[in-house]
Amino acid sequence: MELVKNVVCPFCGTLCDDIICKVEDDEIVGTINACRIGHSKFVHAEGAMRWKKPQVRDENGELVETTYEDAIERAAQVLAKSKRPLMYGWSCTDCDAQAVGMDLAENTKAVIDNTASVCHGPSVLALQDVGYPICTFGEVKNRADVVVYWGCNPMHAHPRHISRHVFARGFFRERGRSDRTLIVVDPRESDSSKLADIHIQVGYNQDYELLDAMRAAMMGHEILYDEVAGVPKEDIEAVVEILKKAQFGILFFGMGITHSRGKHRNIDTAIMMVQDLNNFGKFTLIPMRGHYNVTGFNQVATWESGYPYCIDFATGIPRYNPGETGSNDLLQSKETDAMMVIASDPGAHFPQKSLRRMAEIPVIAIEPHRTPTTELADIILPPAIVGMETDGTAYRMEGVPIRMRKVVNSDLLSDQEILEKLLKRVVELKTASK
Amino acid sequence: MITLTPKEQPEVPIEIDTITPDSLAGKSLDEIKNIPILHGNGQVPLADFFEVEGEAGATAAETKILIDGDVSQTKRIGQGMTAGAITVKGSVNNYVGAEMEGGLITVEGDAKGWAGQNMRGGELEILGNAGDYVGSAYRGDWRGMSGGKITVHGDAKNEIAEYMNGGKMVIKGDVAIMPGIHMNNGVLIIEGNVIARTGGEMAGGTIVVKGIIDEFMAGFEYLGVEKDIEVEGEVIPGAFYKFRGDYAIKGAKGTVYAAVAGNAHIAP
Repeated sequence: MELVKNVVCPFCGTLCDDIICKVEDDEIVGTINACRIGHSKFVHAEGAMRWKKPQVRDENGELVETTYEDAIERAAQVLAKSKRPLMYGWSCTDCDAQAVGMDLAENTKAVIDNTASVCHGPSVLALQDVGYPICTFGEVKNRADVVVYWGCNPMHAHPRHISRHVFARGFFRERGRSDRTLIVVDPRESDSSKLADIHIQVGYNQDYELLDAMRAAMMGHEILYDEVAGVPKEDIEAVVEILKKAQFGILFFGMGITHSRGKHRNIDTAIMMVQDLNNFGKFTLIPMRGHYNVTGFNQVATWESGYPYCIDFATGIPRYNPGETGSNDLLQSKETDAMMVIASDPGAHFPQKSLRRMAEIPVIAIEPHRTPTTELADIILPPAIVGMETDGTAYRMEGVPIRMRKVVNSDLLSDQEILEKLLKRVVELKTASK
Repeated sequence: MITLTPKEQPEVPIEIDTITPDSLAGKSLDEIKNIPILHGNGQVPLADFFEVEGEAGATAAETKILIDGDVSQTKRIGQGMTAGAITVKGSVNNYVGAEMEGGLITVEGDAKGWAGQNMRGGELEILGNAGDYVGSAYRGDWRGMSGGKITVHGDAKNEIAEYMNGGKMVIKGDVAIMPGIHMNNGVLIIEGNVIARTGGEMAGGTIVVKGIIDEFMAGFEYLGVEKDIEVEGEVIPGAFYKFRGDYAIKGAKGTVYAAVAGNAHIAP
């Protein structure tokens, strides 16, 4: 058995870079340091089925094996013919593949969108409106004395997050956990809230109201009501005092606030609260990004087109309007007439109304495993998995790029190679039709 | 007057921001028929989706456009127009009257999102319901509607008058959440009910709600009851609770009036 060290975990946005993989016969059989979710990604959860060859549906709707050349030809035909193609996913692949994806979207005049549109899209909208006072994990570990987790449950979704940033000892926080105040804001009791010094049980869908009261109190104003969002006025004032006294505060926030009522406006007011807190001490924030390279897509898309997601190339010039050019908006309004899914699983996570449209239109899936999306797909192109079978660059949730390692070999093409072949063929078809 | 009679509306929407009184003025019928419009990711002539009849005026102000039917798959009607008139005898898709600077648009059916986005002048009247972001800003812009008047006779949805900087908006029906979010100036009058977050993060401007506000926010200051309020020269009869805020924003001077009838639960 061989031990491969310093492997980067291709699961969540924490992008742990200290994993050791146990390799036998060119296969990962075990891991050291990884959390349970990361471990099961490396060793393949029981029951998971990999596609070993590209697949296309025959006239009876059954999947049949084919070659990459045939599957790519068919996919290129679909994309070249479509009047409003949608390219969705991108969050579980590397930045180089994403850059080819942007090129492909521009050449097919498509809409390109990533999983942010159903997770931290609201955060991205808010930071465009009001700014982004962010820091890196290293600063959190070494400096933070007040840590707030708002609307997220890292013990389950990012299992090593709390141990690496709250319990860990840092340069100015030599005792680790006991040098920090941990605040969790969550309507429910969770395994994260059990670890907290203060658990604020905000009412469902009332994050905005609570933040509004906190910000008014911070500015020295009286809170209008005795209780806001189920939290007594005195408790709100006490928490505001703790935040104001922080030497270095950090706000981590997740789906519980980005997708409760008001969405990006919740983040907007949270960001502005963090900005205002810098009048008292140092305060920063980091969104708890889910997929390991969801941040990377937003970076790549922004440097290529000026917009982070939901980018509409219909006119040849990038346009941007989540709510109109988001994947779910396009599927539910039946605007899109062909879809390419890569490195994500909308089949499992999109609302039924969106899936109904996916079932009506041609769907191309660039996907290593059998998933609900591939059940809806007409063409399946299986790639090698980035971070295990091929290397590539990913962005950690706070925007630090990390090079992912190749651990074992695969005879499958990488996402980048598949997309490059697809791009070449689409450009040929588009040029021929002019 | 130019009459555009819609043929069948396609599933993949069309965009007709190239068809305004400004662009049609002085053009012949044949020229108008061949003006390119956007269908999905390709351009097609206007005549592919509309029967075109009538005669354009010499100037934009003398040009009227009648869209005689339902165009619920057509976006950007009257975008950026500066004069003249457009009447739609049915429902429209997104961005009707976006960036409009003058003239009059009347929609006899419903409008989807972003009606009157970044509007600078003129008048937009929607006889049915409107969607989200009526009179809002483009994504990431902090300067929304700055002039003109929008009237919605039915209901509207979320985040109307977002970043409003001037002008007037009247919603005769109900609205969902966050009317007047980040509002800086101008007047928003809601004759129906509001679910929550009226004037969230507003720094200035005036919001009048004649119906019921289900939930109000704690960042405002209560200033008491005022009768027969005067808003930009217009007297609105009745008794109103007056609030100032949103004090989450430094130096905020926004005003929210909520009718006394039905709103006792939000007065402290």
